[in-house]
Amino acid sequence: MRGNDVIGILFAYVHEERVRELTEHRVMASIPYGGRYRLVDFPLSNMVNSGINKVGVITEQNYQSLMDHLGSGKVWDLSRKREGLFLLPPFGAETTRTEGKIASLASIQRFLKNSHEEYVLLSDCDLVANVDYKQVFQFHTDKDADVTVIYRHGMSPDTDKNVVFTVDPEGAVRDMLVKRGSDADCNYGLGKYLIRRKLLMEMVEECMSRNLYDFDRDLLQRHLKDLRVYGYEFTEAAYPITSFGSYFNANMALMDPKIRGQLFPADHPIYTKVRDDMPARYGLSADVSNSIIADGCVIDGEVENCVLFRGVQVKKGARLRNCVIMQDTVIGENARLDYVVADKDVVFDINRVLTGHQTYPVYVAKGSRV
Amino acid sequence: MLPKQEVVAMLLAGGQGSRLGVLTKNLAKPAVPYGGKYRIIDFPLSNCVNSGIETVGVLTQYQPLELNEYIGNGQPWDLDSMNAGVHVLPPYQKSKKTDWYKGTANAIYQNIRFIERYDPDYVVVLSGDHIYKMDYSKMISFHKEHDAACTIAVYEVPMAEASRFGILNTNEDGSIYEFDEKPKKPKSNKASMGIYVFTWEKLRKYLEEDENDPKSQNDFGKNVLPVMLDAGERMFAYRFEGYWKDVGTIESLWESNMDLLNPNIPLDLSDDQWRIYSRTPVMPPHYVAKGAQVQNSLVAEGCNVYGEIDFAVLFAGVYVAPGAVVKDSIVMPGARIEEGARVQYAIVSENAVVGAAATVGERPEDMENKEDWGVAVIGPGATVAPGTVVPPKAMIDAEEGIK
Repeated sequence: MRGNDVIGILFAYVHEERVRELTEHRVMASIPYGGRYRLVDFPLSNMVNSGINKVGVITEQNYQSLMDHLGSGKVWDLSRKREGLFLLPPFGAETTRTEGKIASLASIQRFLKNSHEEYVLLSDCDLVANVDYKQVFQFHTDKDADVTVIYRHGMSPDTDKNVVFTVDPEGAVRDMLVKRGSDADCNYGLGKYLIRRKLLMEMVEECMSRNLYDFDRDLLQRHLKDLRVYGYEFTEAAYPITSFGSYFNANMALMDPKIRGQLFPADHPIYTKVRDDMPARYGLSADVSNSIIADGCVIDGEVENCVLFRGVQVKKGARLRNCVIMQDTVIGENARLDYVVADKDVVFDINRVLTGHQTYPVYVAKGSRV
Repeated sequence: MLPKQEVVAMLLAGGQGSRLGVLTKNLAKPAVPYGGKYRIIDFPLSNCVNSGIETVGVLTQYQPLELNEYIGNGQPWDLDSMNAGVHVLPPYQKSKKTDWYKGTANAIYQNIRFIERYDPDYVVVLSGDHIYKMDYSKMISFHKEHDAACTIAVYEVPMAEASRFGILNTNEDGSIYEFDEKPKKPKSNKASMGIYVFTWEKLRKYLEEDENDPKSQNDFGKNVLPVMLDAGERMFAYRFEGYWKDVGTIESLWESNMDLLNPNIPLDLSDDQWRIYSRTPVMPPHYVAKGAQVQNSLVAEGCNVYGEIDFAVLFAGVYVAPGAVVKDSIVMPGARIEEGARVQYAIVSENAVVGAAATVGERPEDMENKEDWGVAVIGPGATVAPGTVVPPKAMIDAEEGIK
């Protein structure tokens, strides 16, 4: 079934400051992940798999790599005559979005107004998860909610910028705290909200006219008492990318077959741009263990506990342990890397040694030569 | 009226490929998987696109379902363009006379209207039986320079093997004076590759003549080309160098896959300037577990390897259990090799299952009688029960069992 009366809105840029290394030349949404994906692939594929066939992507700056990745939306089946993918870059000088989500939503007011869908699903692009929004939508209508927030129960990710909810047994949100962390288990928000389109537009307009720009505090928290706000608990594997460390751990989590099963179920695939590489090639001296390897890799060295993206070359005698190596990076002969995150197109010359630590993986910037 | 295309390619994809046995039971030969993520037809299609040919007709007849679905609108090959692109051409019902494609030449004859829509100067006729990378535009230039009516690509095979091929005997200037089909005493080693460039005007004339000849088998090699030569048309041999392999038999299909694992064989599929495009499955990257051993192999996305593989080609979504061994073998999409199973010198087809501790195939050096050796084949969707031994050369059919 296509079309379930929901538009998807993705905030491609939100929380970039948390992973500065990776977002220097790209938006949050286009951070490479898991050997062949970009973060945006997860919310976008989830939406498409849940029957949403109109998705707007709000960008702020540095969005060239994202546009290149998304193209016409074809691989997500969003290149369509009716509805499809809408890139929503800043329109002009009068709409600055630096104030946050509310200003962003105000700047796409016309897009929202001209849509006919009843609901809007708002999502950030910093979560690796496979969410079935059909269930969220069902929950929303069952509870007759005005707003449904998606949260997860557990230790909050390593940041003090979470939204923490108090949810009663019925699922109603009784209280919410913004910009909070917690030492104990709590219900932290995953940056995904389902809301009626007309209600969202009214609330955005009201906030704008009062100079209120914080989505969580001004739009949600302020209205907690007069709106039916419900929390939907997501219990499957989910990895918020809130820091460089959590990015590294989210990649390493893929070694667990159970996690892979939850992130990439066959009936809810994650789509991404096709590169037409040949399958990975292993040479005579290849020795690979507990690793995720993408197409186009050429491996002649030793690889353990690593995620290798498409087109990575590991030369003879090289030894990689606990590394995340992005597209087309070359590891020269006899190089030794441990706890290293290398961005795209890096070259490690022969015999180079680079060692980080589990709590502090070393980052090597895009296009560097070591 | 569509815009003129200088060149139209016609790809003969209707053959049954009966020598591939169970592999082509429900599948047209050009759709047979190859090289971990490709199908045979990806090679001629990608060659067309890389050579600048934008209009391709694919003539289908035998078991077209999967092939049609695979080609789709041609988007993976960039052949989904507005006024050109790839077109699947099955035989169709006409107002007067309706026929299956009676032969290779008849297949083109029945689609003269398709070709004429583009008003081409040249027509390239290709087959979907070979693995090779070739720039057809160079062959077309050669054709133009020699003012030929027909140019045939030739590959120099070892003289000893020449008697297995259709051999072209040429003059010093490259013009053909004789066709020698599987000659006992070959005069040359120039084997026809089944790749033809025709000047369209000429081809159309000879196709019509051929159709009116009731004795003709409507085949290019047997009928049309000899008639053209007898009529004194300018026909030339175009020498191709590089990798070229027929994959029409189990042995040659197996060998050609193994060639990808040999760094000394000049078939580079990672060449940025000459990519081989394919329709890729939507799967995460593959996983190689702790304790697995992977060497000299090609592994596609979605695989989970816990066992040992050496000289293996694993297609998308293959599972190799702990303790399983796959050597010198091809494992096609979605197949499972269960715990302790041993697969050697074998082709395991799509979605087949090799049960725990089963043995499939044998190393030639372990055979008492070399005559009995051959590649073992597990057909699509077939299951090898745990502990079973599938001997070399055997072919397992999902419905009919061992053959």
